[in-house]
Amino acid sequence: MATAEKGVALLDVWVSPFGQRCRIALAEKAVEYEYSEQNLADKSPLLLKVNPIHKKIPVLIHDGKPVCESMIIVQYIDEVWATKAPAILPADPYDRALHRFWAYYVDDKLFPSVSAISRAQTEEAKAEAMEQVFAGLKLLEEAFQKCSKGKGFFGGDTIGYVDIALGCILAWLKATENMTGIKFFDEAKTPLLAQWVERFCANDAVRGVVPETDKMVEFAKMLQAKFKAAASAK
Amino acid sequence: MMASLAPPSNPSRNLVTNPRTKAPFQIAKTHPISDLLLPFRSIHTQLKLSTGTTSEKRLTTAQAVSERVEEGTTMAQGGENVKLLGAWASPFVIRTRIALNLKGVDYEFLEEVFGVKSELLLESNPVYKKIPVLIHDGKPVCESMIIVQYIDEVWATKAPAILPADPYDRALHRFWAYYVDDKLFPSVSAISRAQTEEAKAEAMEQVFAGLKLLEEAFQKCSKGKGFFGGDTIGYVDIALGCILAWLKATENMTGIKFFDEAKTPLLAQWVERFCANDAVRGVMPETDKMVEFAKMLQAKFKAAASAK
Repeated sequence: MATAEKGVALLDVWVSPFGQRCRIALAEKAVEYEYSEQNLADKSPLLLKVNPIHKKIPVLIHDGKPVCESMIIVQYIDEVWATKAPAILPADPYDRALHRFWAYYVDDKLFPSVSAISRAQTEEAKAEAMEQVFAGLKLLEEAFQKCSKGKGFFGGDTIGYVDIALGCILAWLKATENMTGIKFFDEAKTPLLAQWVERFCANDAVRGVVPETDKMVEFAKMLQAKFKAAASAK
Repeated sequence: MMASLAPPSNPSRNLVTNPRTKAPFQIAKTHPISDLLLPFRSIHTQLKLSTGTTSEKRLTTAQAVSERVEEGTTMAQGGENVKLLGAWASPFVIRTRIALNLKGVDYEFLEEVFGVKSELLLESNPVYKKIPVLIHDGKPVCESMIIVQYIDEVWATKAPAILPADPYDRALHRFWAYYVDDKLFPSVSAISRAQTEEAKAEAMEQVFAGLKLLEEAFQKCSKGKGFFGGDTIGYVDIALGCILAWLKATENMTGIKFFDEAKTPLLAQWVERFCANDAVRGVMPETDKMVEFAKMLQAKFKAAASAK
């Protein structure tokens, strides 16, 4: 296994948006790696060894050395394979700060508000969670305008740091749209993002590594059933 | 047009004199942007300036900037106009000040009034409305560790480097800085918020467990040197060290000893080394001031809790 001395391995779980971030970055840089699907219900000794603190995926193992935390892994990939285009973070320090800010916002505010939809017990709570998500997407629409400078991605001509940070959740959002009828990316409300979604999902670096919507729906239903069972068991 | 840009008449501003020329220092001459920002400067800061309680740092900045304007020298590398919106007590603000000090960057410190958010803050950080915000040549940068990386990159030619050069070491440092924000600091806050002795003891356990991990991290990152960053203060030193004034105040008020030579010897020595460092000393609040501040916060917290 590439975990030993030389090579790149990724410990991951196919549904994980955080894992997808790493897969997209590796695909962008055309880096060959060994994908290792993990069982989070029964964590492997390897996973516990390489990420003892958080015991989470994704973990990138490069020449035997582990890197943890999805956006830290993405930056690592960008820096190690800096000579391979495209650059994931832009060159200008101010633009870099801007991209880091919006990626942080996605993790700090947007994704938790998306999770809140699934966890909502009442219609009221669900509506409130959705409001939060829509407010966040509105901010990201403005961010897209600033970051993209008229081009097709947050990263400009090519997929960049914020595209990866945000785009990894699209499979999950599509499954949620499918199951609930909620339309997250409305041409009327967030036209730039709505177009970006299609463009991102059609991109070569993304297509091969992102789960298909029906598989995500299946997975989401399985999770929901588990959640309900646990809730009623209390 | 020129009239609107003229500084508001304020004779007390003449109390601020240029130490070099002994001439009254006109704040408005520092940079045209200062004129535009004057209406936004908090009342607190204006009062501070007019009463002549200008800090050493501000005089140094004012002096340096005034000299540059008078001598007509070109903009220093990375631009001249650096402002930091912050507050003396905030560990997140302290992070950015340490980074600026490390790089020897002159900046104007705009102190926010506690409990009141200035227009400038709301404009510069509309998403979070929080300090610190670095404003460089009019462009705002938000989030403390993002600001620290920005400072490291803009002033990359000025030693020391804050993040190491090697990508793996960079990933390691970013990981531990993230750990500090994600796990350690919340566990420290939990101590203050604990309502029962039991909850307090549990919160403390979390903190000690975290410090134990950071002791190992120190060993890995420092490679035998005095800081996480090696010979000089680096990214993790900044991320973690900013909380030391608060921890010292808490030690003072509770008797808890966070950095025990017996439990975490490397960190215990690092604390002293860090706090004594030139880049840190001027911006690390004194323990008695932090205790006063902490007591004020506690009182507010209690009042709010009993009002419910």
